[in-house]
Amino acid sequence: MAGTLAEKVWDAHVVRRGTDGAPDLLYIDLHLVHEVTSPQAFEGLRLAGRPVRRPDLTLATEDHNTPTLDIDRPIADETSRTQIQTLRNNAAEFGVRIHSLGDADQGIVHQVGPQLGLTQPGLTVVCGDSHTSTHGAFGALAFGIGTSEVEHVLATQTLPLAPFKTMAITVDGELPVGATSKDIILAIIAKIGTGGGQGYVLEYRGEAIRALSMEARMTICNMSIEAGARAGMIAPDETTFEYLQGRPHAPEGADWDAAVEYWRTLRTDDDAQFDVEVVLRAQDLEPFVTWGTNPGQGLPLSGSVPVPEQIADANERVAAERAIEYMGLTPGQPLREIKVDTVFIGSCTNGRIEDLRSVAKVVRGKHKADDVRVLVVPASARVRLQAEAEGLDKIFLDFGAEWRNAGCSMCLGMNPDQLAPGERSASTSNRNFEGRQGKGGRTHLVSPLVAAATAIRGTLSSFADLDAGVPAPDGSPLTDLQTV
Amino acid sequence: MEKFNQHTGVGVPLRRSNVDTDQIIPAVYLKRVTRTGFEDALFAAWRGDPAFVLNQEAYSSGSVLVAGPDFGTGSSREHAVWALKDYGFKVVISNRFADIFRGNSGKQGLLAAQAAQEDIELIWKILETRPGTEVTVDLASKTITCDDVVVPFQVDDYTRWRLMEGLDDIGLTLEHADEISEFEARRESWRPATLPAKHLPSVEIVAARPAGVPVEIGRRP
Repeated sequence: MAGTLAEKVWDAHVVRRGTDGAPDLLYIDLHLVHEVTSPQAFEGLRLAGRPVRRPDLTLATEDHNTPTLDIDRPIADETSRTQIQTLRNNAAEFGVRIHSLGDADQGIVHQVGPQLGLTQPGLTVVCGDSHTSTHGAFGALAFGIGTSEVEHVLATQTLPLAPFKTMAITVDGELPVGATSKDIILAIIAKIGTGGGQGYVLEYRGEAIRALSMEARMTICNMSIEAGARAGMIAPDETTFEYLQGRPHAPEGADWDAAVEYWRTLRTDDDAQFDVEVVLRAQDLEPFVTWGTNPGQGLPLSGSVPVPEQIADANERVAAERAIEYMGLTPGQPLREIKVDTVFIGSCTNGRIEDLRSVAKVVRGKHKADDVRVLVVPASARVRLQAEAEGLDKIFLDFGAEWRNAGCSMCLGMNPDQLAPGERSASTSNRNFEGRQGKGGRTHLVSPLVAAATAIRGTLSSFADLDAGVPAPDGSPLTDLQTV
Repeated sequence: MEKFNQHTGVGVPLRRSNVDTDQIIPAVYLKRVTRTGFEDALFAAWRGDPAFVLNQEAYSSGSVLVAGPDFGTGSSREHAVWALKDYGFKVVISNRFADIFRGNSGKQGLLAAQAAQEDIELIWKILETRPGTEVTVDLASKTITCDDVVVPFQVDDYTRWRLMEGLDDIGLTLEHADEISEFEARRESWRPATLPAKHLPSVEIVAARPAGVPVEIGRRP
């Protein structure tokens, strides 16, 4: 029978079919663990006297709570220090591989899995973090789980899962210069809403998606959860294989050939049916920014803050009123006039080497707007080392930005990297919820290119707003930017 | 897990849509390593506002939260469920729940009852007109009773069965340990494993350094 990509991966992992309304029991190929959602799960194992069933399919990193400054000193905050030490203790006790602060492979779980070559097509990947959907960019079925489920996977390497529906999101055409994969996903979320993907696995397809690099695909799959979908997937292709080949945990020799042969079957059959199909035209897209307090409250940068009286749906109108008040904006105000205090470049959405390169390309030889704070936080220590090898750190420092160590940082403000009450950010991260980046903080979600232009001008800006077309500083054509 | 059949308690009207898990419990409260004691963190940013519903005496002992659509969106943090439970909530009613939140609730014995928005509007009116009104949620009949209003709610059959029986998921799965082993025997050998660890460039993995020992990035201690 014809199947979608998601159904094929699901079917290949069924340990036991559920009967009488019981869910299927699915095998989990890769379980990523971090310090915040795992302590109570390990404690549960300890109380029940259960071991970790497959430490060899489990990997821990420290990311949410780690400082991005002074990482060679004891963590100042006692509860943070305890939480990280708890993960280290649990990893040692249960035999789980861990990449701790100071290790070259420490970083955000959703960068560490791919960079080690552990994230591969056709796998089931879970982590106690909703942005696990990132790994779907490789054609894996990857989704976030809660702590009870973390314990379940540690104990059994399986999860009972209720069936999902499938949604195809086709992005045709070619992206205009200055628009990126971040703008694609923000436009998708604005279109289908923060609940539009609930109960679905999204599959992104079409010409514009095929043209994207792995990094750019990860940005899109990463934010599937912001549309309510637990997972988002992209069928693997040559771009995927090229990214994987030669990575430490990628198959080698005959294993590589066997794997690629299997991976090529991981695509939605031509006659397969999706439950829902959504189509976007890439050429219509322009840089997108959010104005409100959920990721669906976004508009093209050329737009203005909505006027609530003009919103027909009562719930949405109230939500818009509340968001505009929280964000300290005026209905009808052009988005380009919004002045920011902080620009945050980083996170599992946009903290990868390509993101840093694209920002560096725009800011090279320039200086940031005077009263703007600019934080650049690589997604992993390996990305940081790579950026330094390419001299990007110097470009950022000359620009007046802060060059930090790897971690989740200001995306969620669990560590000291937070917004002050009322402070406004342009952020390449994934959530603009009230207080997400610090109590009272105000977040506008943007692409790395918009973040770079905003850091230069001090107001929400796109690449097109920069003087005289801004020749790409290294002489390469601007059109390069559309693939970032 | 405790068995859940029926619950009666004070209803709390929360007239907000898209109540994400960062609102239910901000990230700064996630540093704790315990599973209980999160009651102070529930809706922490809103609790400072005297007008907030839980700061009104009639609602402060509430145990049935009646919220707007898309409750529990965003982060997967199960702490959101723990905070609601620790505060005393047994049931959350909404027109739509985020998938992960709904799953987490089911594992922890918090009932996520999905009701029609127009029914929720009716219940809101009663709870706001007569603060302190009790709401009864019956899992066997899948009904919500508030004053003279009786409305149905949805919950998937499997979760309902597990809640009513008070069953632990891990125990249920381990009954099928043989089938898991059989599946593992069939897995392709080229599928990745995290151990033995491989690196690029090759770096030896040692136990995590104790918090506080200086280390230079990219170099082992």
